[in-house]
Amino acid sequence: MEEKLILFKNRKRFGIEKNIDIIFKNTTLVLSSLVAVVLFGIILVVFIQSFESFSRYGLNFLVTSEWNPVKDEYGAFTAIYGTLVTSLLSLLITIPLGVGTAIFITEDFVPKFIREIVGSFVELLAAIPSVVLGLWAIFVMEPFFRDFFAFLHNFFGWIPLFGSEPAGRNSLLAIIILVVMLLPIVTSIARDSLNQVPKKLRNAAYGIGASRWKTIFSVILPAALSGIMAGVLLALGRAMGETMAVTMIIGNSNAFSWSLLSPGYTISSMLANQFGEADGSQVSSLFYAAFVLMILSLVVNIFAQWLVKKFSLKY
Amino acid sequence: MNSLYYQKKLSRNVGDKFFTSLSVFCAFIAILPLIFVVTYILIKGGAQINSDLFTLEPNPPGDDLDAGGINPALIGTLIITTIASIIAIPVGVGGGIYLAEYSKGGPFSKFIRFGVNVLAGVPSIIAGVFIYALIVSTKILFGSMYSGFAGGMALSILMLPTVIKTTDEGLKLVPNELRYASLGIGASMYTTILKITLPSAFRSIATGVVLGIARAAGETAPLIFTALFSYYYIVGFEDLFYEMGSLAVLIYNFALEPYDAQNKLAWAASFILVISILSVNIFSRILAAFTEKTKRV
Repeated sequence: MEEKLILFKNRKRFGIEKNIDIIFKNTTLVLSSLVAVVLFGIILVVFIQSFESFSRYGLNFLVTSEWNPVKDEYGAFTAIYGTLVTSLLSLLITIPLGVGTAIFITEDFVPKFIREIVGSFVELLAAIPSVVLGLWAIFVMEPFFRDFFAFLHNFFGWIPLFGSEPAGRNSLLAIIILVVMLLPIVTSIARDSLNQVPKKLRNAAYGIGASRWKTIFSVILPAALSGIMAGVLLALGRAMGETMAVTMIIGNSNAFSWSLLSPGYTISSMLANQFGEADGSQVSSLFYAAFVLMILSLVVNIFAQWLVKKFSLKY
Repeated sequence: MNSLYYQKKLSRNVGDKFFTSLSVFCAFIAILPLIFVVTYILIKGGAQINSDLFTLEPNPPGDDLDAGGINPALIGTLIITTIASIIAIPVGVGGGIYLAEYSKGGPFSKFIRFGVNVLAGVPSIIAGVFIYALIVSTKILFGSMYSGFAGGMALSILMLPTVIKTTDEGLKLVPNELRYASLGIGASMYTTILKITLPSAFRSIATGVVLGIARAAGETAPLIFTALFSYYYIVGFEDLFYEMGSLAVLIYNFALEPYDAQNKLAWAASFILVISILSVNIFSRILAAFTEKTKRV
C-alpha cells in the first residue's frame, strides 16, 4: 500500500515534457501571428514601393487619366473608374439573379434533389479558375454576344453607355463574365442566410394568412438581409480584385470612354498587363495603383465583417 | 365571394405565380454558365488530348503547324502548388490550432480571426505584387528573379487564410468531452491536440485543405510576374530558381495569341485543369455528404 502511494506521487510530468508543451504552444502562437505579419507586410511593402509615385503625383494620380511612360506622366483615373463601374454594374445584375436563385433553392417549388443539383451546380461554378472563364469568354461568349451588342448600339446608341461602336473586347463583356464569377458567392451566402431564418417566422406569417411571396418579401428576406448584404459586399470586394478573366476580355485601353461597348481598363488588369515589362517610375506608379486597389478592397471587406457582426441574426 | 377555395385570379395568387416563375427563371439562368463552360471545355479541350500533349514542350508561338505539348506547364503547376502547400499547410494548421485550442476568445484571437478574413479578401494579384516587391525585384533568393519558388510563395499567401479557417472551424467542432477526457487521464496539452483533437478533426480539415489546394492550382494572377512562364522542360532542382511555366499562365498567354495552334493548346490545358479541379471538388462533396450520414455523436 505504502509502495503504491509513492509510485503515484512519483508520476510527475518531466521537465522536458513541460518544455515541449510550452514550445508547442508558442510555436502555434507565432504561426497564427504570421497572418498579421503577412497582412501588414503586404500593406507596408506596397505602400513603400508606391511612395515615389505618391509623393510626385499626390492625389492627382486618382483623377487624371494620362498614362505615358515616355513622358513619365501617370494617372489611374480610367482604371479606377473601370474597376468601380465594372464591379458595381456586375453586382447590380448579380444581386437579383443570385438572391432569386437562393430563394429557389431554399423554397420548395420543386423536389429537393433538383434544388440540391442546382445548388451544387452554382457552387461548382465557383471552382472554375478565372483564367479558364477568360478563355471561354474570348472564344465562346464574345461571338455569342456580338450581334446583341450591335443591336444595343443601334437602338440605344443615344445613351452614352452604349455610345460607341462595339469593340471586340469591351467593358460590357467584362461585366458579364464578372456576373458569372459573382453569382456563386452571392447565391451561396444568400442561401445560407435564408436557411438560418427560423421556421417559426415563416409559420407565423402563413398562419395570419400571408401568401408565400408576401412571406418571403415581408418576413424572410428582411430577416436574412444582413447576411445577404455581407455576401454582396464580399462579392463586391471580389469583383474589384478579379484579374484574369477581366484582363482577357476588357480590351485593356487606357483611353477614357463613357461607353461600355468600348475597351476599358481596371486596376487589376492594368497590373496584370504592365507589371512584367515596367521599369523606373512606371513600377512605382503601378504600385500606387495596387495600393489604391488594396485600400478599396480592404474597406469593402472590413465593412462587410462589421456588418455581419452588427446585424447578425438574433433569434 | 369569400369562398375557402383557391381562387386563381386573385391578385395575391397571380403575384405568387409570377414571382415563383421569376425565381425558377433565375435558377435556370444560374446553372447555364457552368453547363456551357464545362461543355465547351470537354468538347474543345477533349479533342486535343493525346500522348504528345503530356510529353512535349510547347513550341514558341508563330509556328502555326505544331504547338507541341504542355509537359513543363503541367509539372510546373504540380511543383508550384506543392511549394505553396509546404509553406501554407504547416503555418495554417499551426495557426488554426492556436486559435481553436489555446486562445480563450481574447482580443488577440479576435484580431487574428479578423486578419484571416481580411487576408482572404485581399485580391490575388496583390499577393503577386507583394512577392514581386519582396523577392523578385530584390533578387533575395540566391540572385534569381522570377522563379517557381517565388510563385509558390505568392500562392501560399492565398492558401493561408483557407487553411487557418478550416483548421479553426474543424477543431471547434470536436466535442469538448474528448479534450477533458484526455487531459483528465494526465495527457499534456500538446499530446491532447496531436493525438486526440487533430485526428478527430482530420477529415474536415483535410477536405478544406484539399479544396484550398485545388483553388490555388487554378490561380493565375499571382504567378504572371512571380513565376512568369517557361517553354522548357524542368529537369533538375536548380530549375526551381528560374522562370517556371504553369497551366494557368499557359492558358493566359496562349489564349491571347493570334495563332490557332496555341489557342488549341490553351483549351487542352483548360481541360486538364478543370477536370482535375472539378473532380477534387465533386469527390470532397460526396465524401462530406457520406460523413454527414454516418456521423456518430
